[in-house]
Amino acid sequence: MNILVILIPISLILGAGGLIAFLWTVRSDQYDDDQGNAARILLDD
Amino acid sequence: MTAACPACSVAPLAQEIATPQAQQFSVPTIHCAACIGKIERGLATIQGVKSVRVNLSLKRLSVEGAIEPDRIVNALADLGFEAYHLNQTNQNNTHDDIGRTLLTRMAVAGFAMMNVMLLSVAVWSGATDATRDLFHLISAAITLPVISYSAQPFFQNAWSALRVHRLNMDVPISLAILLAAMMSLYESLNGGEHAYFDAALSLTFFLLIGRYMDHQTRSAARSAAKELTALEVHTTQRIIGNQTEIIEVTDVSIGDHILVPTGARIPVDGFLLSDDAFLDRSILTGESAAVTIDIGATLSAGEINIGAPLQLEATAVGENTTLRRMAVLVDIAENGRNKYTTLADRAAQIYAPAVHLLALFAFLGWLFFTADFRHSLNVAVAVLIITCPCALGLAVPAVSTAAISRLFSLGFLVKHATALERLANVDHIVFDKTGTLTHASIPEITGFSVHERSISAALAQASLHPLSRALAESLRAETPANLTRVKEIPGQGIQACWHGTQVRLGRGTWLGADFDGLGLQLGNSKPKAVDTQETIRDGVQQAINNIELPCEILTGDASLPAEKIGKLLGLAVTANAHPEDKLARLEQLRFAGKHSLMVGDGLNDTAALAAAHASIAPSLAVEASRNAADVVLLRDSMSDLPVVLRVARATQMLSKQNFAIAALYNLIAVPFALAGLATPLAAALAMSLSSITVILNSQRMRYL
Repeated sequence: MNILVILIPISLILGAGGLIAFLWTVRSDQYDDDQGNAARILLDD
Repeated sequence: MTAACPACSVAPLAQEIATPQAQQFSVPTIHCAACIGKIERGLATIQGVKSVRVNLSLKRLSVEGAIEPDRIVNALADLGFEAYHLNQTNQNNTHDDIGRTLLTRMAVAGFAMMNVMLLSVAVWSGATDATRDLFHLISAAITLPVISYSAQPFFQNAWSALRVHRLNMDVPISLAILLAAMMSLYESLNGGEHAYFDAALSLTFFLLIGRYMDHQTRSAARSAAKELTALEVHTTQRIIGNQTEIIEVTDVSIGDHILVPTGARIPVDGFLLSDDAFLDRSILTGESAAVTIDIGATLSAGEINIGAPLQLEATAVGENTTLRRMAVLVDIAENGRNKYTTLADRAAQIYAPAVHLLALFAFLGWLFFTADFRHSLNVAVAVLIITCPCALGLAVPAVSTAAISRLFSLGFLVKHATALERLANVDHIVFDKTGTLTHASIPEITGFSVHERSISAALAQASLHPLSRALAESLRAETPANLTRVKEIPGQGIQACWHGTQVRLGRGTWLGADFDGLGLQLGNSKPKAVDTQETIRDGVQQAINNIELPCEILTGDASLPAEKIGKLLGLAVTANAHPEDKLARLEQLRFAGKHSLMVGDGLNDTAALAAAHASIAPSLAVEASRNAADVVLLRDSMSDLPVVLRVARATQMLSKQNFAIAALYNLIAVPFALAGLATPLAAALAMSLSSITVILNSQRMRYL
């Protein structure tokens, strides 16, 4: 059971990491044009 | 038009220095990757353009660099896209702060939910004693701060409803979240078996998804509506002595002399100071033919000057103009519409008291039979969590988001929150004629030779006059003739030299012809008339064929042109209808138990648009009409009108189905909760499954 002392902080840190990454995407306007981003993948250049 | 304003030649320079900010354009026709590529590549080659970026969701284009907006608009026209430059003062808040906050709240709740779920899995799979308590306490440490941040929108809404002694959907939601969190905290501290932290978080998360969807569709509609408003001119030119100054329309006072340039709308009521004027009144009265008036005649705000620049003296301003009086009529009619209760509200009115009573009875029942206060409260909280309208909160927004974005891609802007629900009930359609079913006075060339056509095209292209533009548009296919010494005579026409012959395009009286309308003259030959004819808009015939509802035309135009269009389309016609008559007809339909849809564009339709059960206006309609209408048609073609009705009905059907699915889940889960058998695992499963089913069901909107 002692492994929990390591595993729980790791899972919390990973979760927090994901949250911070998501907040960064919100702040850098990556959700402003979802349809455009979906279409742009089809462009060659 | 803009060339007439002396400030404009200076403006681009000033802009270049003062605002390095990108210029925004509305491009309503972009719809795919190819459009993005074409526009971005096409514009990047223009000198002065630094960067181009298309936003497909908002159908907008932002261009950075020192370049005049007109050049961009022209370049886009060459690429085959119509575009409008957006006034920057109206577009300052391009960032949507509320949406961002919602998204952040949703993300915080989502990540917290994942972590707590992870810890819960351990509990569900059999952790006991100290380990379980530790997991519960860690969950509590995550959940409580997250809920106090993420669930704020629900608490605020619930509080504002409770303050006025009403119940809305947010009351049971807030109660369930708060009670679940409090109860679980108490249980964890006392070594209890069940904690509902994951349920409290997933409830918050799923409901925030619904809120965010709701917000997204509305803000897309709002920003597009704002763009349309930005296109309107809110300034006018006041004459002082020999000079003119540009002032806000609201600052005009009675007795002021106003200069109205060619092609502009008359800003205030007044009488004519110039000798004569040529006016398009269609937007006020529905008359399709332009009228000539003499000095001293009255002018109403909203008419368009299609002759020479005219001067008028203001006699009524602000609240007293014809335009504002119409708007008052609209306000009165709108009140009726605001009383409409949405499907979600009606569901909440039944649902909220039912849930509260059920939880209360569960609590009292268990207390009565077991006398165990803690267990009874546990059961009551489980009932609240299980019945909590997680799926109900998604039922309507998930469907309407899909419906509104589908309609937006077809060129329909849904402005009013309850518009789709009201459109679904429509069983009678009333059309305005001029500007709605028909293009007002599009010049049609008949019996012209090839030379004459190419000369007309070249002459028409040289002028910004509305009639010339329309003519140039209808002669798009022609190669313009090579003309020299092109000169525009304001208010009369345009003349030029073609292989040594003088050619003129303009008013019949100026050409010395026996007709009054537009004509073409080569040298000294007899002038030839350019017929201005009403043409039926694109797709109208198709739309009317596909609508299986009774339709009629209600127009302010004279009976002769009205009957002609009526016969062409096979619809009943009422001509010479004043705005009051239109309003009366709609009231009459309402008393007959009909739910009418009004489709119209003019000021004379405004009151009718607001009074109708639902209403649609084309994008070229006056601002007041667009404001009064529920749905604005952004494209030129009417052919998709039946689709709007079909989508509205499908929205209604899918929303009801979603309610049924949510109710079904409750029906299965509630007996378990009442019996005290509901575990946190069961609550989490029921909630996620019902929410996901509802969202998946809503996606069927794309295929209906």
